[in-house]
Amino acid sequence: MEHNGYIATETIEGADDGPLAGRTVAVKDNISTEGVGTTCGSKMLEDYVPPYDATVVERLKGAGATIPGKTNMDEFGMGTTTETSAFGPVENPVAEGRVPGGSSGGSAAVVAAGDADLALGSDTGGSIRCPAAFCGVVGIKPTYGLVSRYGLVAYANSLEQIGPIAPTVEEAAELLEVIAGPDERDATTRDATDNGGSYDYAAAADGDVDGLSIGVPTELLDGADGEVVETFWDALDELESKGASYHEVDLPSVEHAVEAYYVIAMGEASSNLARFDGVRYGRSGGRDGNWNESFANARERGFGEEVKRRVLLGTYALSAGYHDKYYKKAQDARAWVKQDFDAALSDADVLASPTMPVPPMERGESLDDPLTMYLADANTTPVNLANLPAISVPAGETSDGLPVGLQLVGSAFDEQTIIRAGSALA
Amino acid sequence: MSDNAVDPEAVEHVADLARVDLDDEEVERFTEQFGEILAAFEALDEVPETDREADLTNVMRPDEVREGLTQEEALRNAPDSEEGQFKGPKVS
Repeated sequence: MEHNGYIATETIEGADDGPLAGRTVAVKDNISTEGVGTTCGSKMLEDYVPPYDATVVERLKGAGATIPGKTNMDEFGMGTTTETSAFGPVENPVAEGRVPGGSSGGSAAVVAAGDADLALGSDTGGSIRCPAAFCGVVGIKPTYGLVSRYGLVAYANSLEQIGPIAPTVEEAAELLEVIAGPDERDATTRDATDNGGSYDYAAAADGDVDGLSIGVPTELLDGADGEVVETFWDALDELESKGASYHEVDLPSVEHAVEAYYVIAMGEASSNLARFDGVRYGRSGGRDGNWNESFANARERGFGEEVKRRVLLGTYALSAGYHDKYYKKAQDARAWVKQDFDAALSDADVLASPTMPVPPMERGESLDDPLTMYLADANTTPVNLANLPAISVPAGETSDGLPVGLQLVGSAFDEQTIIRAGSALA
Repeated sequence: MSDNAVDPEAVEHVADLARVDLDDEEVERFTEQFGEILAAFEALDEVPETDREADLTNVMRPDEVREGLTQEEALRNAPDSEEGQFKGPKVS
């Protein structure tokens, strides 16, 4: 508990039995829990208590899980370090003095520290995989549409998915089995069985990589930290010793993915966060002056700096005269990334890279330099642009004992293959 | 404003469009950061025009009446309400 991983520790009991009976599943604080505060790490929602459960929370309760609390996060999911929370930063429990990664840093930290058996996070540009990598645990970003977003407080709808964080691949797969599947309350959900997949994820965690073909996008190794790259190749050697083979692949589009991601995510954020007007919920802007003045006042007081930065940049990129220059080009880049991934995956079962190009940063290091923080997401954001599934598994440690994560990307709705491959390592 | 530079007036203008008040220090900091971030976004100029798969489908279901939130539940998080309705500032 001393890592500030939880924002609230109110317990929510699930059904008496089910596949998760006897287990605790911590829930990121941007996922609605009926009757239990849901703040999104923001002062804006400090006192907000949702009147309904998110679909994933209903499914957890139905599966017998106990929710031990709501986990700390970058405000509205905006960050790579879990330092932008209005409720204070989270410390990495396995690398003292370092950040746990973000934005689901609290979820990864409580699992790494043993304060919860499992956790849910959300991943818009790497927010499950990054903290899983930095805290030495497993995280899965599901195929877009596999898991319902009903009750997830939206940041960038076209990119984000809820997914599991766990100590092992098998446990992450068990949790994914519980939350996956279509939901009539989220029209973007799709049935895996209609798309060539199935929901038997836990059984796929059998560690069998004999004959597995792994593509390694060289662009995602360029510019990465030397020790991270070394640890990555050691992990690939281990997979090779178990019967997998690898070849290098070229993904020229990923060079532009991180910029495209931020333009799209900020654009969607500027629209989504317009709902926080301090009238229906959230911090009131008072009733002095007119609606616009009150609205601007509520948002000045309720939003932290990173949220304001993204809302403003998103507004800018969508404003008259700049839409074609930024947003349209970002959508072209998104289509290009998708084509590149599809081509690479037509000739490999999975694609492998380091999850993060750097080991966990020291606390406070990145706050004054947002651009550097954004660029750290270079390896995770392309996957969200392409709507594909990806897993981060522990690959080993640097010489200083800092965790390094390995990312495996699969074809749409083929969670089984990334789970099978990842389970050979963790 | 030119393509690569952002001045404080531009930041204030966008903040006004987005309905977010900023203090002077934020305007100063954002002016500098936005110049740097938008310059990085210029890399998108190198992206070729790409055909986008138009496999969008409408997902519709018949409208049907079902239980929703009660008025009390819907108002529970409102900072201010009156006679079962949200109470806000003047519209103009």
